[in-house]
Amino acid sequence: MREIDAKRVTETVSELLRDACYRLPADALGALRAALQGEQAPACRGVLAGLIENAEIAAAGAIPLCQDTGMAVVFLELGQDLHVLGGDLEEAVQEGTRRAYGEGYLRTSVVARPFSARTNTRDNTPAVIHTTIVPGERLKITALSKGFGSENMSRLAMLTPAAGRQGVVDFVVRCVDEAGANPCPPVIVGVGIGGTAEKCMLLAKRALLRGVGLPHPDPEVAGLEADLLTRVNDLGIGAMGYGGRVTALAVHCEVFPTHIASLPVAVNLQCHSVRHREAVL
Amino acid sequence: MERGPMRPRRLALPLSAAVVETLHAGDELLLTGPVLVARDAAHKRMAEALGRGEPLPVDLAGQAIYFMGPTPARPGRPIGSAGPTSSYRMDAYTPALLAEGLKATIGKGPRSPEVKEALKRFRAVYLGAIGGAGALLSRCIKEVAVVAYDDLGPEALRRIVVEDFPVTVINDIHGGDLYDQGRLRYRRADPASPVAPETNTTPSP
Repeated sequence: MREIDAKRVTETVSELLRDACYRLPADALGALRAALQGEQAPACRGVLAGLIENAEIAAAGAIPLCQDTGMAVVFLELGQDLHVLGGDLEEAVQEGTRRAYGEGYLRTSVVARPFSARTNTRDNTPAVIHTTIVPGERLKITALSKGFGSENMSRLAMLTPAAGRQGVVDFVVRCVDEAGANPCPPVIVGVGIGGTAEKCMLLAKRALLRGVGLPHPDPEVAGLEADLLTRVNDLGIGAMGYGGRVTALAVHCEVFPTHIASLPVAVNLQCHSVRHREAVL
Repeated sequence: MERGPMRPRRLALPLSAAVVETLHAGDELLLTGPVLVARDAAHKRMAEALGRGEPLPVDLAGQAIYFMGPTPARPGRPIGSAGPTSSYRMDAYTPALLAEGLKATIGKGPRSPEVKEALKRFRAVYLGAIGGAGALLSRCIKEVAVVAYDDLGPEALRRIVVEDFPVTVINDIHGGDLYDQGRLRYRRADPASPVAPETNTTPSP
């Protein structure tokens, strides 16, 4: 049984969230550069060049890439032979979130009582935590700062089995079309297919954590991703919705078995500012 | 209609009625001057004040409002990251503020039919800033002061002074809409697509 101090979890979560908010990952930056190469529309070219310059300014000055530094979503993969000492694991994650937002000059955007008072919690807690128990004696932490311009465009459909592949394609394309300029395109489209309602949405969220544009290892799923990307970019929305060829940088699908009565499909959109980092303790 | 290569047009704030007349969807502008900053919570308070027949904490005549809630400023800087937030959440409040003389709103994403009608009626424009470019846009912000609702933190009503702040005209007073025009121009249904071709109209849920 390996042991780890909860303080290390706090420090790691704090560092991961801060770094994610200041520095655009290389894969996202590469995808923006490729989009600029492929875009003809002058207004969208201007936007894409602006986003690339923004990433450079943010990294150089430790200025958040976006003023919406998001709600923290933390995925924990906890090895079953690891023992966390010196504190509550979830509280260690919350303390890491508190430090990142307080000391890192990040905006605190979380409000309590969403349906009434909407009082800012002042430290961006609580983070949303998803824990899975896995074999081994390590703890993998993935921290995502999720902005809500894109999060607000999330959709779930419980399609009938008869809808099939075409039903999935139509729903995903319609979600991106209706979201239009709101999620700050170019977007990364996270798609979950299967499971139960909540499992499906979590698949869509996890799909956003994949390297931008890396195809799914299963060729059939990768083919679906490629078709969806073509269809989405045929919508003509373009960067920031100004009209252009690049509406999405990538479509990532994750798939899970489902019930004989259903075909769940979830869409979770992510703007180009795909702010996640991971560490293994 | 291709307008060809063009330079962004430099404009001083506040915008005059005569200048607003000349703006068209798709025009790229660089704004210099004072801008008010408000988002959801400050809009709600202004609407409540108007509802009670009370004066607003600032005179909106001729002004521009930027929908934005910044990150905290690092020491020595006027402001943190400062990009636009989604405008549709302010749609319920905007027409009443246009009636108070507001000349421009700055944000990102489409406005409601009611707002677009009010823009024509009150001769005002809706301008788009680059969403997700908060670090870049922060460099165009030279001064910041909270003018009301300080308790709202990042949502307080602020006045900033901008210099060469880049925006694109989304909705003009003539009914032009860049989002509609841009999408129409670049939308395509490719018959060679491996996905079954269909019309551009999306099926109902």
